[in-house]
This record gives sequence, structure tokens and C-alpha cells, in this order.
Amino acid sequence: MQFQTAAPPHVIAGFTVPRVMWQVLLALVPFAIVHAWLFGAAPLLQLGVAAVTALGCEALALRLRGRPVPQFLRDGSVLVTAALLALSVPPLLPWWLTAFGTAVAVLLGKHAYGGLGQNPFNPAMVGYAVLLVSFPVEMTRWPVPGPPWDAVTGATALDALRTGLGQSYTMQEIAAGPAFGRVGARGGEWLNLAALLGGVYLLLRRVIRWQIPLAMLAGLAVPAVVMHVIDPGAYAGALFHLASGATMLGAFFIATDPVSAATSDRARLYFGAGIGVLTWIIRSWGGYPDGVAFAVLLMNLSVPLLDRYTVPRIHGHRGR
Amino acid sequence: MSSRPALPAGLRLDARKARSLQQPLRPAPAPEVAVLSLDQGSGEAAEPTVAVGTRVGIGTRVARAVGTAASDLHSSVAGVVVAIATRLTATGLGRCISIENDATDARDPALAPLAWRALDGITLLDRLRGAGIAGLGGAAFPTAGKLALARANAAGHLILNGAECEPWICCDDALMRERAADVVLGGQVMLAACGATRCTIALEDDKPEAAAAIAAAIAAAQDGRVELVELPAIYPLGAERQLIEAVTGREVPHDALPPAIGVVCQNVGTAAAVARFVSTGEPAVTRIVTVTGSGVARPGNLEIHIGTPIAAVVAACGGYQDDPARLIVGGAMTGRSVSSDLVPTTKGINCIVAATLADVAIRGPEMPCIRCGDCATACPARLLPQQLHRAAQADDRDALTRLGLADCIECGCCDYVCPSQIPLTARFHAARLGMQLHDAERRRAIEARERFERHERRLAEQAEAERLAFEAARRRARGADPK
Repeated sequence: MQFQTAAPPHVIAGFTVPRVMWQVLLALVPFAIVHAWLFGAAPLLQLGVAAVTALGCEALALRLRGRPVPQFLRDGSVLVTAALLALSVPPLLPWWLTAFGTAVAVLLGKHAYGGLGQNPFNPAMVGYAVLLVSFPVEMTRWPVPGPPWDAVTGATALDALRTGLGQSYTMQEIAAGPAFGRVGARGGEWLNLAALLGGVYLLLRRVIRWQIPLAMLAGLAVPAVVMHVIDPGAYAGALFHLASGATMLGAFFIATDPVSAATSDRARLYFGAGIGVLTWIIRSWGGYPDGVAFAVLLMNLSVPLLDRYTVPRIHGHRGR
Repeated sequence: MSSRPALPAGLRLDARKARSLQQPLRPAPAPEVAVLSLDQGSGEAAEPTVAVGTRVGIGTRVARAVGTAASDLHSSVAGVVVAIATRLTATGLGRCISIENDATDARDPALAPLAWRALDGITLLDRLRGAGIAGLGGAAFPTAGKLALARANAAGHLILNGAECEPWICCDDALMRERAADVVLGGQVMLAACGATRCTIALEDDKPEAAAAIAAAIAAAQDGRVELVELPAIYPLGAERQLIEAVTGREVPHDALPPAIGVVCQNVGTAAAVARFVSTGEPAVTRIVTVTGSGVARPGNLEIHIGTPIAAVVAACGGYQDDPARLIVGGAMTGRSVSSDLVPTTKGINCIVAATLADVAIRGPEMPCIRCGDCATACPARLLPQQLHRAAQADDRDALTRLGLADCIECGCCDYVCPSQIPLTARFHAARLGMQLHDAERRRAIEARERFERHERRLAEQAEAERLAFEAARRRARGADPK
């Protein structure tokens, strides 16, 4: 009897790239729901605009690059980029800005470097950073969370903290303001909780590993605790940092993008910790209210270095 | 009984062994024609000592090892040599001796039990070599050669490998359950042959029946040198260097063999073959093979006559069912897929899988690497497969060397976990062959240049010698001429 032949191994886990991406999208659902609960339909519209733009740009870029369009469109990676960007921008951002940011993310952040697997920077954060530096006013105008959604925009908690500290208010006075919730930003704390929930799901499904999120949260919390103890009047505590801004989204969904992150376990600890510390530095001393996007991009830059210095010792070889 | 730390990497795999372990070990009928491949799986062929027409008994030597990797070969049936020709074997084309079975089952009259306790190590090694005992774990490397190396290095620790970590394979499990005493006896003979002082029988914690049987056999043997160790069932624990690390906590240097750290590793099946040889005089003419897969009707573990064609082994298991798509020799992770079931079994074949499409993974389209690093986490050799892959695609030989291509054990772990479904193991295998080819070519080029230079030098020397001779002759002629 004759048989077809194939190279070993004859069994594989079958946990494919599309499955990874769809799991990430699934884990984002609680975050999107809280977003909609806080800000009404606006975030969902942003999601729609970003998704359509992203798919269009991806198809266009794949065609121009002569790659199989359906196979790569189905992998879902571009939808992850779109969702992360759409859920990071202010809900009332003009739709064409969302579309512009998404196009930048997909075309410049991803395909200009060679598409899936080749981009040195997190595409969603490239889009976000371009929007933030180009349209700072629109990008920092957040509606006051919670119904009734009457489109009143105010400062976010991180914003209020920065301005308040600049105007010599104390932490206690600032924290009594309208932008603050129980432990972090008002509304923002629920968003962070939802992102944490999704992140735990991803950890349990082993879509992501613990090194980056944990290191990033530690990198953010440790300096926050230290400085809060030293000068509680001028520095917010760790809990506030963990429950405000894009902390949890960044830790579990953005920093964990495998393509632009470091690859070895040890390098991932450094990578995550670097993002955490940089986020805290930018929030505390920098010119922007939140620092996750810039921290991620900066650490993306250092990935080749991290990978180079964390090459594991091969079995049976002496240390190098 | 002690437990040791787990491997740092590796996989927990679906073992797929239960179906073939339901039945006890059973003998397969002797084949009508035994086809003995001169290369029994080690990559080196033995030299035939018989000719067409020679009459042989069971256990008569039919080929002699000439190199270090081949082993002596004996007939597994009684009958007449009908052909010595090149045929398709599981490892490609190779010369085989075909022996027609006359159904008399006559044993070679010279076979006799061995009073091994009275022999010194060197003599014992010689007898094991003469019995053609080779690694039954799959490598089919001559056992005596490995033990001799251990003896030369005064390696004190013999490890019997019962860690059968690959899905589907369970011939060693069946053997340990039913013939544990043989394994222990074989270990004792090997200790005597190599001069080691300690024998560890290592198996995984998913084989409680085998562990109990081995423990009982050790107790019955009353030999304090032999111990049992149970390790976590993580693939590829059964790989030699990984097992040695798990048992001793020490790594074999990449450029050395296990005796360098005082260890020698043998398969439990090999130990049983040694026991059979010393107690009955029968050389390595049978082995146990797992026959399994959804494509075979009655799976099980069979004791086969080496040289039985795979088709006959499958027939002894009720034949095929459910349209098998792939015939695999070996396990799910490293097994070789063969194109025909007419290939003969060898000492190196531990498992035959008639796999249906549902048994095997049909890969989707290959996607680009997303740098997830799962391959590096899974790699038991602590390589960086994603970077190796990049280097292989770029044909960057320096990078391949630096990243440790030579240390890849081709276990398939990286391949198994890769979400982009990149056939990494096959790529690395090809890259390795490419490197070898390149090295051989470079060596040939250097040799050719040296040959050319030698030739030029010789011509120049010859011309010089002729010139000197000519001048000397002329001088002589002038001197002789009385002008």
C-alpha cells in the first residue's frame, strides 16, 4: 500500500495566529461594554469607523504588496489594531481623526515595515501617538463619564492631577475633584477593571504570558509607592496609577503585542518594567497626561537591544 | 524511589497510548521472507557475510559491522538467503539481505547461554558486539560501542531510559510491565560490561504499572546498585541529553558524549535484549514494536522478527481500517513518514502508526512569524527557533552556527507550538543538511586546491630534476669530449 509522506512533527497544537487575534478581540469585549456604559454609543461608533478603515487599508496594502488578501484579512490582526486604537481615543473624537489615526497605524505602523510580524512598533500606538501630537486638543477632550451623556467634556483624572499639581493644589484637594472616582479616575477605574478582567482571561487561555503585564504593573507601582511615601502631597499613590488612564489596557493588551515586544522571558520582564517606569515618569514629570503610548513606543525601540543581551545559554554550552 | 526537578522546557502532549496498551504483549508470526536491512537505523551499513543460497538458522550471523555505527546482523528466521539487493527501507534506499523462511524455526546450533558473571568486562563487551545488540530506542547505535566508551572514560552511572515520551510509542511501557526482570538483569549485565557502579532505571510518572513492575523486579534482584526514578511526563524527556539532565542535574557538554560527565545511557528495550542474549544465547533478532493509529484494526504491542515487512506486522494487527493517510515509523513528533508498507522493520523501529487524517495535523497556510516566543519557551535545548528560522531563510550560516543549529535535537517542540504554523523542524533539518553539504564542498575545494598545488610542485620539481640531469649530462659530455 502506498502512502503520502510528510515531515515530522505529525501533530501540532493548532493554536493559530487567527485564533490568537480573535481571543484578544474577545477579551476586549468587557472593556468595550464598560466604554459604552460610560460614554454611550460613541465608543462603538469609533470601533466601527476604525474597523472599516483598518480592513480597507489592510486590503489595499496587501494588494499593493502582492500578498494573498483573504488569508491575511482573516487573521484578525488588523482588527486588534483597530480596536485598541478606537478604545484608546476620546469617544467624541471626530470620526475622520479616528479614520486618519487608523490609516496611519495600518499603513505606516504595519505595512510600511513589511506587514504582519515585521513592525518594530506597536501599530495602534503609532496611530495614537501621531494623533496625540498632531491634534492634542481633540485627543485630550474626554466627556464626563456616565449617563446622562450630555457631551460635557472635562479634564480626565490624570489631566486634573497634572494641572492641579501645577497650580499648587495638594493631592487631597485634587482627588476631591469631579474627575476622580473611588481609587482612580472616575469611570476610568471601571475601564481598568474591565481590561484587567480581559487580561486575566488572556493569561488563563495562555494567549499572553505573565511577564510583560506583571513587570509593567510593577514598574508603574513601585516608583509610585516610593514617591508617594516620600512626598504624598505631590505624587499620587500606586492604586491611583493602576486604576487610571490606559494602565491595564496597556499592560495586558498593548505591551503584550508579541510582534513589537521582546521575545525571551527575561527580556520581557525588562521590557514590561521599562514601560511601567516610563509611564510613571511621563505621567509624573512629562508633558502629556498619560504616558502608556509613548512608553510602549520607547520600549519598542529598545527591543533589539534587550533581545541581544538576553540570549539564553544553549543546553550543554558554558555561559557566554 | 525519588523525584527530581522537571525539565526547564518541553511539552505536555496527549500520549495516545491507551488504545495500544489494552492488550498484553503478543508475538507476531514470523514472515515468509525476512528482509534484513544492512543499515538497521544507525545510518551505517554492515557488510554481508553470506551469499545468495546460504542456508541460515535463527541467530546465524549474516552481516558483520565494519564501522563504529553499524552492528552485526543475524537472521531472524531459518531458511535460505534468496537475495542481497538494494530496496526501499524506512530510511531510504539501502541494501538488504532477503531470507526465505523455511518454517522449520531451526536455531543456529552455536547459540548457547552466556555465563556472563564469570566473564571480564572486555570479553563481555565483545560478546555483546557479536550478538548485534543495538539501541532499540530508535538510534540503533551499537550498544557495545557505547558501553566501551563508557568503560574507557570510567563512567560510573548507567541510566536505563524508560522515558517513552513521544505520543503513540509504548513498546517500552509494555516491555517494562511484562518483562521487568529482563530489564533489571540487562542492567546488571551492562554494569558488568562497562564497569559502572550504579544503574538508574528512569521512566515517567504516567506509567504506574511499569514503575510498579520495575520496582518489584529490583526488589527481587536484591541489587543495591539498581534504582528506579520517576520523572514528570514532559516531552522530550526521553531524549538522551534531556534525560541525563533530568536524572543527574548535569548537562552533557555540547561537544562531548555522556561518558564525559560519567554517564552512559541505554534504552530499557536494549537491556531486555541483553538479558535475552545472556540467558538464551539468542542475538538481537526480535524486538517489540507498537502498532497503532486509527488506521489499524487491532492496535497493540507486538514482538516481531526483525526484517518482517511493515505490511505483515499490520496484517498481524487485523490490517488497515478507515483509510489511513499516512504511515509513520516512530512517534508523532519525530517519526518518519514512509511511502510504502513494504519496507522492512529494523532494530531502530519502535513504532508503526497507520494514521488517518484525523490522527495527524494538517497544517494551515504558513503565516509570518509573530515573534510570540512560544518556540523559545518550548525548546528543550534553549535555542531561539524564531531567530534560527530567520537565519535559515537568509541562509546566514554564521548566524545559524552562532544560534546553535548544531544543538537542535529536532524534537519538534517549536513546530508544535508555533501559531504561524511554520514547519520549523523541517527547515532546521534542511538547513543542517545544507551546512553539511557546504562544509563537504568546502573541504572538497580545499582538497582539490591542495592536490593541484602538490601536482604543480611535483611538476616543478620534476622539471628542475630533469634540467639538472640534462645539464649534468651535458657537462659530462663536454668533459668527455676531447676537443
